[in-house]
Amino acid sequence: MNANMRNIHKRLLLENVSRRDMLKGVFAAGGLVLAAQVFPRGALADGGSVNAYKTGADGMPGGTVWDPHVYVSIAPDGTVTIVTHRSEMGTGSRTSLPMIVADEMEADWSKVKIVQAPGDEQKYGNQDTDGSRSIRHFIQPMRACGAAARKMLETAAAARWGCSDMEVRADMHKVVHVPTGRSLGYGELAADAAALKTPRANTLELKDPSKFRYIGKGKVQITDLRDITTGHANYAQDVRVDGMKYAVVARPTVLGGKAVKWDEAAAMKVPGVVKVVAISGTPMPAKFMPLGGVAVVADSTWAALKGRDALKVQWDDGPNADYDSGTYRQAMAASARKPGKVERNEGNVDAALAGAAKVIEREYYIPHGHHATMEPPAAVARVAGGKAEVWACVQSPGGTRGDVAGVLGMKEEDVTVNVTLLGGGFGRKSKCDFALEAAMLSKAMGGTPVKVVWTREDDIRHGFYHSVSYQHVTAGLDASNKVVAWRHRSVSPSLMANFMPDPKRESSLELGLGLIDTPFNVPNLRLETGEAVAKTRIGWFRSVNNIPHAFAMQSMVAELAAELGRDQKDFLLEMIGPARIVDPRGTVSSELWNYGDPWETYPIDTGRLRAVVERAAKEAGWGKKLPPGEGLGIACQRSFLTYVASVVHVKVDKDGNVSVPRVDTAIDCGFCVNPERVASQMEGAAVMGLSIAKYTNITFKNGRVEQNNFHDYPVLRIGEGGMDVRTHIMPAGIDKPSSGVGEPGVPPFAPAFFNALHAATGKRIRNLPLGNQLTA
Amino acid sequence: MKLKVNNQERNFSGDPQMPLMWYLRDELGLTGTKFGCGVGLCGACTVHVDGRAARACATPMQSLDGKAITTIEGLHPQGNHPVQKAWRDANVPQCGYCQPGQIMQAAALLNENKRPNDEQILSAMSGNICRCGCYQRIFSAVKAAAKEA
Repeated sequence: MNANMRNIHKRLLLENVSRRDMLKGVFAAGGLVLAAQVFPRGALADGGSVNAYKTGADGMPGGTVWDPHVYVSIAPDGTVTIVTHRSEMGTGSRTSLPMIVADEMEADWSKVKIVQAPGDEQKYGNQDTDGSRSIRHFIQPMRACGAAARKMLETAAAARWGCSDMEVRADMHKVVHVPTGRSLGYGELAADAAALKTPRANTLELKDPSKFRYIGKGKVQITDLRDITTGHANYAQDVRVDGMKYAVVARPTVLGGKAVKWDEAAAMKVPGVVKVVAISGTPMPAKFMPLGGVAVVADSTWAALKGRDALKVQWDDGPNADYDSGTYRQAMAASARKPGKVERNEGNVDAALAGAAKVIEREYYIPHGHHATMEPPAAVARVAGGKAEVWACVQSPGGTRGDVAGVLGMKEEDVTVNVTLLGGGFGRKSKCDFALEAAMLSKAMGGTPVKVVWTREDDIRHGFYHSVSYQHVTAGLDASNKVVAWRHRSVSPSLMANFMPDPKRESSLELGLGLIDTPFNVPNLRLETGEAVAKTRIGWFRSVNNIPHAFAMQSMVAELAAELGRDQKDFLLEMIGPARIVDPRGTVSSELWNYGDPWETYPIDTGRLRAVVERAAKEAGWGKKLPPGEGLGIACQRSFLTYVASVVHVKVDKDGNVSVPRVDTAIDCGFCVNPERVASQMEGAAVMGLSIAKYTNITFKNGRVEQNNFHDYPVLRIGEGGMDVRTHIMPAGIDKPSSGVGEPGVPPFAPAFFNALHAATGKRIRNLPLGNQLTA
Repeated sequence: MKLKVNNQERNFSGDPQMPLMWYLRDELGLTGTKFGCGVGLCGACTVHVDGRAARACATPMQSLDGKAITTIEGLHPQGNHPVQKAWRDANVPQCGYCQPGQIMQAAALLNENKRPNDEQILSAMSGNICRCGCYQRIFSAVKAAAKEA
């Protein structure tokens, strides 16, 4: 038994539940079924820690319960089935999490089947697939679950041979009797193992990492690869249920608007249209409730679309009709130019600025963005006979279940949420408004299954938008050109407006996304927020406020370096300061969120930040001579408890066309479970980052989103850059807590890109997106 | 009107203006042809019409009389077209949603041009959006498939 397991057994109960009918419907009868259940803090009398190190999974403040379960079964033919309870939206969790279980239990990956859990957090633990949490919160319980399965198989084999447990060893889907070399396959042992009591957790041994077959190797193909490449992968847009009707909804174009008049008769004249249904909206804060509007239900998507066109809905727009991105920007700028609420304060910024030899002020602006997942939102619901069944592409299967129950006035146990594959998520599909629409419509249709299809235009016009941001940064330099003061005012409407009335400024959660947790080594530091009222639905978008915060901070550092004639990278390292733990907890206005995870496990470690900066620079050949019109830029960010630095190589031709021949990204995410998927996330983050830098721009006029589809909301296409992204993963042992991967690649990209653009052209871009600013 | 879908004869008598995409997805249940934008801007619904790449969302049924349609489900009987194999070798997809369209586009390119150069590949694939950003791997997979084909 190793030290890891001594801690684990106190809080991790491994139960044999194969005789408890808990898994009916998930598994066929027979074979071994195991469950690992991690109890919330305080659930056990000794109050001990569940894991070798604590994570936010069991340590959320305020009694938040993270109760993860992992299930394994073995069929008589040897097929091992592993339940995955997190949503797959492209990050690879549907591969990487079951892979951990399989490795620990010595299963042959080619004999492993993956089954997706429905939304049921009591049974499976937290399922909110966001916040880059899947690996960081579940690597430890999944390892234990796999180890327990292995132990039971070994015990069953030893009993069969009448020998001691000490003489047997699980090895690649079979148990070997070491003295004789005899072996029994997992399928042959499944029934015996299932009849055993689950071993006590303190008798389990986790594999030595040197024995890992899959973990850390990056050799496993993703779970759905064959289905994806043959067209058989099933997303919510693809779900077909017997007797299903298709619906599209005309939604208010202004948040809070109401449909006052529509031509139902005209819609009903369209062949195939079967019903027109009004859906009521919910005033803000509406959480994820539908926007309301008028739905057309039909025999086909095409008929529903034509029916909706015929409705000619007239709207009462309500008070948000005054939302105009131009005037709003001016108001944000005014807010950012006056003293705001102090969110973190160190030293005396006012005095330091007054006494500075030089003061440099800059402003940075990032407009609203939208996720534009390739699969527009969709859901199917059947609400009949006192039960509801939903099929949806949601990142929040458990929350969706609760919300569906809520709108239908049902108990959660009467609601089943089946989780399909997600054709992209990026945070949009954490919000289940589309699934609630489907539930409401099936109920209105008397139980007929209804599929709600969002078109691309619906998606772009009715999103939960990445927040617009205006930042005003003032730096003071002393006579020796050392930065002695940093005053940073951030103005951005808060996503909390979905949950509470009028928050007016960034919440502690948003401030903890790269603002008040800055590691900069400046003696006089003041971070402030100004007021901005949300006039649309603000939602989290991959890496959230880290995008604007990193853009402003990392651009400003490069601006100061340029002003002083210093090397960007050297100056950035100077701003980060020496390797140390930065602890802002005593100097912030509210709680330091730290991504919901314990400080002791995941402190702010500038040594790790410095190391990724140095690694990315080294790999990129920082300092190399480049031809005119080319440049390198660097930026870094600690986000989702992971440290990332990117060096972007930019090339600008004489017509002002910008290309990105190469990106070098160094990432320290603690122990890395699946380096191959980490690389794919860094590749994708560069592409999304370049989209943000070049194009991303949602604007409002008269309260309405002005964009509609990919012609006026462009996203990056192939060949525009990010075609040679090199990922450099910092080596780390199993004792280094794993941290986020899905999001942290995004924040450094845009500032690194603009720093490179400055190096290439001398032009500094402070207003996103780039658009035609180089040529205008 | 008559058309062939994945080598099967079909009769169609519905709305002639309906895009092929909804016929495939809603009527035939061939949901490998994905709905991404509805206006021919993203390529998620790419199929072959008489061997050439076409956006099913922007192809009305009335234009298909006598035509042969191939969808991702019919690209290869075992799903082992060189492009599909190259995709698997490079572990290309992330979410996977756009990938059938990407694969159909790449297969059509290789139908017409067995040895495309880098620019021809980028140009042929530029109508297919991948929001996850798998472009680097898509590019290398198309190149690998071109060597195989």
